[in-house]
Amino acid sequence: MPQRPLSPHLSVYKFKYTLTTSILNRAAGLVLSLGLPALVYWLMAVASGTSAYTRASALLSLGVFKLLYLGLVVAFSYHLVAGVRHLIWDTGRGLERDQARRSAWVVTGVSIVLMVLFGYCALLARARIS
Amino acid sequence: MSLRSPLGRVLGTGSAKEGVQHWWAQRLTSIALVPLSIWFAVSLLSLPSFDHAIVAAWMSQSWTAVLLVLFVLVGAWHSQLGVRVVVDDYVHATGLRTLILVVVTFAHALVAAAGVFAILKVAFASAA
Repeated sequence: MPQRPLSPHLSVYKFKYTLTTSILNRAAGLVLSLGLPALVYWLMAVASGTSAYTRASALLSLGVFKLLYLGLVVAFSYHLVAGVRHLIWDTGRGLERDQARRSAWVVTGVSIVLMVLFGYCALLARARIS
Repeated sequence: MSLRSPLGRVLGTGSAKEGVQHWWAQRLTSIALVPLSIWFAVSLLSLPSFDHAIVAAWMSQSWTAVLLVLFVLVGAWHSQLGVRVVVDDYVHATGLRTLILVVVTFAHALVAAAGVFAILKVAFASAA
């Protein structure tokens, strides 16, 4: 078998912030994948009745899960916006170098706004509940 | 340099026409997840409390149940496609990669099945 080029070739690229937006999207996706079993565990607890739900709620309010929720707010805000950028790229638009660099900043800005918005709403919800 | 495998050249067959399946499924699920995930985040944060009765009443509303099922299924599918690419990219040992991919796929199937079961159980329990 001939030696074929393998992806990804991380070491051959000159570092650019557009590269960061790409790898962050992947990292954000992985964090969201961790949120999925947590969500389903919560849904199963609802289905299992009040006593199971009380036990699950105690577990889900541990510090490590609070860290996960913070990660989910950040990851969701970023993955949503960066994902839409990818969908726009798929139509063949915005692929020029300057456009991609500009959209990297747009993605960063919009996702930070979303993070603050979702984080604020989550804090409001928590204040309402407790 | 030809990218065709020696076996493919001998058999004279073309591609299996499935090369874009993963790519296409990832795009479709991501398009679906834009409205689904925003709906989920907004309705979760709009709940008056996370008491069992409140959450169960929310889950048992017909449209909530349907959208939740879609969110869990499409989310698990999209997650499986994404994690698969990460494993393909970074785990180079063939045996280990296959093992991880099997575990990842089974774990996603389990999560999807449990999620759908939980939602339907709550939804149908209140309807009865």
